Amino acid sequence: MEAERKIRILVAKPGLDGHDRGARIVARAFRDAGFEVIYTGCHQSPEQIVQTAVQEDVDMIGLSILSGAHTYSFPRIMELLGENNAEDITVVGGGIFPLEDIPKLKELGIKEIFEPGAKLSDIIDWVRQNIKPRQAVVA
Amino acid sequence: MTEKTLHMTIVDQILKGNVRTTARVLRDIDDQIPSARSILKELYPHTGRAHIIGLTGSPGVGKSSLVDQLTLRIRKEGLTVGILAVDPTSPFSGGAILGDRIRMQRHFLDPGVFIRSLATRGHFGGLTRSTNDMITVLDAMGKDIILVETVGVGQDEVEIAQSAHTTLLVTIPGMGDEIQAIKAGIMEIGNIFVVNKADREGGRKTLQELRNLIELGMRRREETGWEPLILETEAVKGRGIEELYQGIRRHREYLMTNDHGQWDSALAKRARTHFIEVLKDELLETILHRMASRGHSLETQIEKVKNKEADPYSLVQEILARELR
Repeated sequence: MEAERKIRILVAKPGLDGHDRGARIVARAFRDAGFEVIYTGCHQSPEQIVQTAVQEDVDMIGLSILSGAHTYSFPRIMELLGENNAEDITVVGGGIFPLEDIPKLKELGIKEIFEPGAKLSDIIDWVRQNIKPRQAVVA
Repeated sequence: MTEKTLHMTIVDQILKGNVRTTARVLRDIDDQIPSARSILKELYPHTGRAHIIGLTGSPGVGKSSLVDQLTLRIRKEGLTVGILAVDPTSPFSGGAILGDRIRMQRHFLDPGVFIRSLATRGHFGGLTRSTNDMITVLDAMGKDIILVETVGVGQDEVEIAQSAHTTLLVTIPGMGDEIQAIKAGIMEIGNIFVVNKADREGGRKTLQELRNLIELGMRRREETGWEPLILETEAVKGRGIEELYQGIRRHREYLMTNDHGQWDSALAKRARTHFIEVLKDELLETILHRMASRGHSLETQIEKVKNKEADPYSLVQEILARELR
């Protein structure tokens, strides 16, 4: 009996920023959209985020950040995903970013950035269109 | 690469403890991909080493915090740990928020600890349909101790006792009166009772109620030769964890050494549950497959029952007679 494959998403907050209201609301909206959300709380290092993503075999990592430290944490996370042979996991960001940083983040391979004012329904639609649960290890 | 050699490569990677491959196979098992079964077949002979410890209890009693503290203690012995933590799936959306990891952050970078969060996906009983198979994988991967944290349970979710060698029933002061405690079900499955948040008001009364309960359960104790332990902890402060760890070791020693054949019966219990689970799944799949090949869909049968054109009993008998000839 093959069950429907669920989209699994890690919602994580890198760095010292402890404001997780936004991340929690997005996690809740993902749950209501039928996704399985792994929520790990605040103050995560890039290493912790990538290890969690690998162990939980997620399809996407949603990084919530308001502190401005994305210039360190986002590149580091992308680098670690590569080292762990997990570059197929899609990474998106949400929070506050200087406009000039957004193209740089996308160049790193961050697929989308959601800024303040992004509607929950738009984020969910984006996930539905862009994230597919991956293929079985053995077909 | 042929399918057979691909399977063997995957099996080999799991046996060597490759985290990425293991994590992916766990996903396939959870999603009930048929090909995952061929991997489980190869892994099964490599299992049987791990000590499987279940933690169950109501929501909010501190199961995740106890898993965190126990993991810390177990790692001091140099033993490796696999953790399966179950949280509920929303019955409305089918989605889930899996938050047990929040309490386990300090172990994320420890290569000797593998943590996986699971959603119930509509399964009742405290675990998920895939939990036993996932235990197989973590056992084959070489984890010495596997901690299985159930979803927050109420009264009747006793599945964990069939899957674990040692079951911890976690409660907190003031959870329920004596009538709750004499009902059948969850209170009967604990090998070790843990009163967590023991500094709270009513701690002593809860301990006393548990002692009375166990006293009443003398008959079961005489059958098994194990007197359930009652231990106090304050997981967030780490108080009582050493005693709990020693209690778990004592239970394992008891299972391994006593004359009642408890280890054997724990294995038999696990084997029986697992076998029946697989039998049911395979039977169902075989029959649905055969029905489909004749162009009989499941939906058509359901429609017949719904419209009272047939009763489910006769319909199932009819289908079985036809498909299992």
